[in-house]
Amino acid sequence: MADQESIIRIENVHKYFGNVHALRGVSTFVREGQVLVIIGPSGCGKSTLLRSINGLETIDSGKIIVDGNVVDASHKNINAVRAEVGMVFQQFNLFSHLTVLENLTLAQIKVRKRSKAESIEIAQELLKKVRIPEKANNYPGQLSGGQQQRVAIARALAMNPKVMLFDEPTSALDPEMINEVLDVMLDLAQEGMTMLVVSHEMGFARNAATRVAFMDAGRIVAEGTPKDMFDSPTNERMKQFLSKILH
Amino acid sequence: MVAAEETPRSAQVRAIDRLATAPWWLILILLAGVILVFQFSTSATYQAVFARILAGLVLTVYITFVAYLAALIIGLLAGLGRVSKNTVIFTIATLYVQIIRGVPIIVQIFYWAFVITPLVIGGLNGLGNALAPLLGADNSLTQLTTQKFDNLYRIIFALAFAYGGFEAETFRAGIESIGKGQMEAARSLGMSYAQAMRYVILPQAIRRVLPPLGNDLISMLKDSSLASVLGVRDATNEARLYAASTFRFVETYNSLAFTYLSLTLILSLIVKLIEDRWKQY
Repeated sequence: MADQESIIRIENVHKYFGNVHALRGVSTFVREGQVLVIIGPSGCGKSTLLRSINGLETIDSGKIIVDGNVVDASHKNINAVRAEVGMVFQQFNLFSHLTVLENLTLAQIKVRKRSKAESIEIAQELLKKVRIPEKANNYPGQLSGGQQQRVAIARALAMNPKVMLFDEPTSALDPEMINEVLDVMLDLAQEGMTMLVVSHEMGFARNAATRVAFMDAGRIVAEGTPKDMFDSPTNERMKQFLSKILH
Repeated sequence: MVAAEETPRSAQVRAIDRLATAPWWLILILLAGVILVFQFSTSATYQAVFARILAGLVLTVYITFVAYLAALIIGLLAGLGRVSKNTVIFTIATLYVQIIRGVPIIVQIFYWAFVITPLVIGGLNGLGNALAPLLGADNSLTQLTTQKFDNLYRIIFALAFAYGGFEAETFRAGIESIGKGQMEAARSLGMSYAQAMRYVILPQAIRRVLPPLGNDLISMLKDSSLASVLGVRDATNEARLYAASTFRFVETYNSLAFTYLSLTLILSLIVKLIEDRWKQY
């Protein structure tokens, strides 16, 4: 399955929280330009898997390789990995003491060492792309949830990541704001961004995903194209899950 | 009709409300101030007392601000130590905070003045003697004496380290009040732990702890009066010496208390202005 061309390879990853065995030998891969959507019931380990990829969780055994950099239990290459991986959180996590523009420029200046002028230019371009250029000088507290999440996506993109991770990006949003965020993500997918998305949005999975992985109890129990996974699921647990969320 | 009947009544209620919530305490303090100012301008005793207090006030203000600035720096470092995952740093910071919190401040002052200072001077003398072959027998280290280290600096050290322990806990609480998502977002963007602290966590944390930090500045002003136990001629000590030589206790301590009260009220006003200025998002 996994091959040398994969930009992300996950090999037999195990993770414990105390006595809880959260990830039980997870293996999968994402090739450049592909979108992998991970679905599954809460507590199945999908967020933990995503957070392991950029080292927000340390794994206990196994191997994660991101663009040639190995993330393992030793946590050694983590900064090299983080530079290539953008992350979008369920709770947005915008820096609330900084304006939207400053949120987008801070890491560009401090980490990518770009000039202030250059980072502002990039930030303004990205704000146009996520369709809120007019909010550049507002503080996050003055924005709606959907707007905040779009700023968070722009902030991650400003670092020119090779891969974008989305951890339930629409779960904390009011229903009417979900689509404005999904539209931005769909644009990104169509532009060829490599994406790994944990989500409950089956419509998005169907439209944007190259592959869908279904996780249950710390394992990937089914994996395939969205068409196969949704139209003719073979896994019993997956069928149960789908019948509960697609009413 | 109903509204027309209620209007004068509710105006009356509002007037009573205003009377009930007016800052009477401030008005009473100002009244006391007016009386004292009258005394200062008419009574020769009050004028003499006030002249003595003013002479010491410069030192009081100097001790307060120098010790407070030092306490902020010590407190920030120790506070960062208290949230550190490094066991050695955490242990040192925690040990410091626990010792400071468990020993009365006046005992700490005596300890700095009469235990730590002689020990350090003695140590430096020893170092000077050990290095005598290199630096000469009368090098500057051997010439140090405890007497040369002014009590003013001993009280500043004592207050700075005493308050640093409390500021450490204030900073720690501020840092811990910032959701861990902020740190995760900063680290995900490739920032180091230090960068994330410096540019993301601390700016938010410090804004949150401005009110307790401001309170501690006011407390520092009051506790600077402890300098008098080491014989430093601050406002309190000048007043004490004056009262002891003239037996004018009432005039002296009236004036001294009111001087401190005026200063703390002015300080709390300044602190409030700073807080309002920083509340921008």
